[in-house]
Amino acid sequence: MTNETSNTSDTAHTDNDRPVIKCDSVFKIFGENTTELMQQANGRIDVEAFKQAGCIFGVNNASFEVHKDEMLIVMGLSGSGKSTLLRCISKLTDTTAGNIYIDGEDLLAMNPKQLIELRRNKMGMVFQSFALLPHKTVLENIAFPLQVKGTNTKDSMQRAMKMVELVDLGGRENYFPRQLSGGQQQRVGIARSLAVEPDIWFLDEPFSALDPLIRKEMQDEFLRLQEMLHKTILFVTHDFDEALRLADRIAIMKDGVIEQCDTPANIVLHPVTEYVAKFTNDVPREKVLTCGNVMEDIATASDLSELKVSRDAIIETVAEAILSEEKPVAVVDENNEAVGSLHASHVIHVLFSKDQPGTSQDLLRAGK
Amino acid sequence: MNNISRHLQLTQFAALLVVFFILCFAIDPSENNILWRLPAFLAAVPEMLNSSVEYAMFEWMPIQTYNPEIEDYEDSALLIEVTRSISRAVLFGIELIREILVGGQKTIVAFTSWDFVSENEWAVWPALPWTVVAGVAIILGYALSGRWLAILVGCATTYIAVFGQWEPAMETLSFVLVAAPASVLLGVFLAILAFKFRVFESALMPLLNVAQTMPHFSYLVPVTVFFGVGDHAGAIATIIFATPPMIRLTLLGLKGVSPEVLEAGMMNGCNKLQLMFKVLIPTARHDILVGVNQVIMQCLAMAVIASFIGAKGLGFNLLLALNQLRIGQALELGICIVLIAVVLDKLSLGWANKQIDYFADLSFSQRNKYPLMMAAILVLGVLLASIGSLIFKNEINYFYLIPHNQGITTENFWQSGVDWMVENWYASLQAFNKGLIINLLVPMKNAYLSMPVAATFVLVMGIGYIVGGLRSALVVGGLLLFIASTEWWDRALITAYMATFGVLVSVVIGTVTGSLCAQNSFATRAILLLCDTFQTFPSFIYLIPVIMLFGVTDTSVLIAVVIYATIPAIRYTVEGLSNVPQSLQDAGTMSGVSRIQRWLQIEMPLAFPHIMLGINQTVVFALFMVIIGAMIGTDDLGQLILKSLSDKHGIGNGLMLGLCVAFIGLAVDQILRTWAHQRKQALGLA
Repeated sequence: MTNETSNTSDTAHTDNDRPVIKCDSVFKIFGENTTELMQQANGRIDVEAFKQAGCIFGVNNASFEVHKDEMLIVMGLSGSGKSTLLRCISKLTDTTAGNIYIDGEDLLAMNPKQLIELRRNKMGMVFQSFALLPHKTVLENIAFPLQVKGTNTKDSMQRAMKMVELVDLGGRENYFPRQLSGGQQQRVGIARSLAVEPDIWFLDEPFSALDPLIRKEMQDEFLRLQEMLHKTILFVTHDFDEALRLADRIAIMKDGVIEQCDTPANIVLHPVTEYVAKFTNDVPREKVLTCGNVMEDIATASDLSELKVSRDAIIETVAEAILSEEKPVAVVDENNEAVGSLHASHVIHVLFSKDQPGTSQDLLRAGK
Repeated sequence: MNNISRHLQLTQFAALLVVFFILCFAIDPSENNILWRLPAFLAAVPEMLNSSVEYAMFEWMPIQTYNPEIEDYEDSALLIEVTRSISRAVLFGIELIREILVGGQKTIVAFTSWDFVSENEWAVWPALPWTVVAGVAIILGYALSGRWLAILVGCATTYIAVFGQWEPAMETLSFVLVAAPASVLLGVFLAILAFKFRVFESALMPLLNVAQTMPHFSYLVPVTVFFGVGDHAGAIATIIFATPPMIRLTLLGLKGVSPEVLEAGMMNGCNKLQLMFKVLIPTARHDILVGVNQVIMQCLAMAVIASFIGAKGLGFNLLLALNQLRIGQALELGICIVLIAVVLDKLSLGWANKQIDYFADLSFSQRNKYPLMMAAILVLGVLLASIGSLIFKNEINYFYLIPHNQGITTENFWQSGVDWMVENWYASLQAFNKGLIINLLVPMKNAYLSMPVAATFVLVMGIGYIVGGLRSALVVGGLLLFIASTEWWDRALITAYMATFGVLVSVVIGTVTGSLCAQNSFATRAILLLCDTFQTFPSFIYLIPVIMLFGVTDTSVLIAVVIYATIPAIRYTVEGLSNVPQSLQDAGTMSGVSRIQRWLQIEMPLAFPHIMLGINQTVVFALFMVIIGAMIGTDDLGQLILKSLSDKHGIGNGLMLGLCVAFIGLAVDQILRTWAHQRKQALGLA
């Protein structure tokens, strides 16, 4: 699943220059004297000086882009500023400094009216604690964004009913949120956020409040929806496994700083800081990496085995086949042309020798 | 560490008591001794208040108004014109509803003139037959909440009609139907302002604190000055009285809305109005509904008291019956008021919990089932009434409108019951009464009165300091200083003594009953239901049975105080005890505690802060009841407030006296609340 979506993101990079979301040196600073300090700083933020003055950095110089149909997951532990970053981009809180562009439009320059229009038509958001309106039924909750927009009752109810079917809650449309389980409530939250057919989909730890089994089920459901709908997604989570499972790209945050923003495979293979490495250490690599991630140059092409594996195949799914071959197998792209080779010993090397410093050179090479 | 600081507090209290008693004996009780009684610095304030109010009402900002009677313009003060128009609007509302229910001419007069009405005989709005009102109410009850509410409504309306209290009941109802919605709207409006503007909130909060501890009577005096007397004045006093709890609960609800729900609303593209009215207020629905409930209860409680300034209805009749010592009648009227309270309470709850089916695809008659049924009831009722006029001919038409006091009455039964009790129990009751007064009440009263003012200050501020530090001490001292600087210090001491007595007894009864009931889940539910029911009774009702048994004495007032104030004591004890976490109970069980040990070592310490808040409520309830007790003769602040009501220049005295009562309540509130808060934090409950 991951490989397919990552594939679309690759093409999106080339097809579409203009990012859907673009953050440029975004700062969110908390503290009583922030405004004064900002005036004195005159646009240039000296982090140390601000911290000395008692300010806390919710988001510290975040810059990144999210492209059409891409899913960027912001991962961090509690207090890392990931939710604050999301709230800056959805403008639920004011950004202290920097620029945010949505479809090329300057978000921070928008007046309240434009902002409301943007939210009514382009944005949807799912919340950790579901944030359903307790006085409305499932159906009314889902229809709420439409009614707020001014859609008449009949149309909005029909549309809401479709959304109920989409998230598999048929038959429960007249229930109240309190009568539903956590997973069902979040399905309502998802349906509500999609009711206006937004382009941009924000999810703030949507599955964190759920039991592990339900969480897995909801992740599958989520991937199914994304495959159907192709939204541009900014997803926040504290669960690294969840991030690996779902993301096209992952941004790992710590203390307001984005430590690394890259594809899951690159993060696993080349953690740039110690902090990121701590997360990647225990990751089962065979479940994350694809053959393309670890293949060697095609230099020894003459001596390849009959077996061909796709570049996008997750190693776990082809490992047994590769390991039973004596010779290296060919790695092919979508046009069935060989782009690299993979030997069983190399696979074992990549998967199990990650903690030995001597292999890091190999890994670096292999990753490229 | 905690243990040491608690012992430290105990020693502090002991030292404080020693100082207090030394001061009590050392200070010479003479009028000129400033340590014995403070001179009345504020004695001139009531007069100043009177004259400034009179200036504002009759001279300030004169404007030209047209007087149709003399067909000329005349000068009139702005304020009086404003209050007059408010009065008119309120009065119109009350009369409109009243005349729809029991008929009349005043609404027609409002659109035409008295001449028109007297010239045209047909220009009278006929009363609805009581069967129609009852039927519509039953259908409403059924539509809103189902069979059981319909049955309840049916019983209540039939009782009221059959016992001949239909007209006064409808008068009271019209009064409540105007005052309650006005209070709710005003309360929600002010709460929204407070929610939006921090400054407004911090200005409003102290006012609310004072308003919620001011006794009912104090509201009446200013209202009569500004709005005169009559139904409208009663309604306005009720609105002012019932709004503070509405504001507080709405604000509590708005603040309790989770930030994520608010964000969800914003992300769904709500503008500010939609955010407030479609997200915040509905989400805060529970607290707001509790507020609406409170408003209805306050309105009915005030319905009796407002009859002092001319509000008609059940309250007025109840007052009359009490004054004539017609206990049986008072009891029937009291039941009517309680029934109206319960029915309105349930109907408003049912209305708020209603939901809509969007895909039901119903025919016209199905969709408008209830309005059609109501129309049918109207036709049937009118038909029945006209048949009734044939049956009963020259008698009273029981199918149309049963006139006041022409229904069945059980008055004689109750009256003979009372007589029987007086006959058989008189000796023992009187002995109890006398014993209580001579051995307990009089010595206690004298003890309070023989406290030098300096000693009182040391004691109260000392407690404030030990519990809440310098800030609490100063707040409490300030409140006390105000009371001591008026001419009514002695009266305030009497009020304090009665309230103290009431609170002590209530707390003992309340905590014991509460603790016993909390041991069993069935008893817990039963006692909470009982508390709920008793809380819907207007406070005044409690005076009826005690007068029945003890006549017009201090004992009656105190017993009413005890009954009324025990309710919160029981409720909070039960709540506090049953909210002790199950894990702690289990831990206790596994450590092998006995029942008593569990109660003393685990439940009580954890529930104590909550019980403290209950005691706080008990104090406010007791103060209210002590003041209402003035109606059956006490010699405290309440009596003076009652007197200022009949005084033309009573507003200054009335307000100052009200503030004195409020400040006693606030001083206790400050200490108990601070203490409960600290304990909760220490136990990690807050």
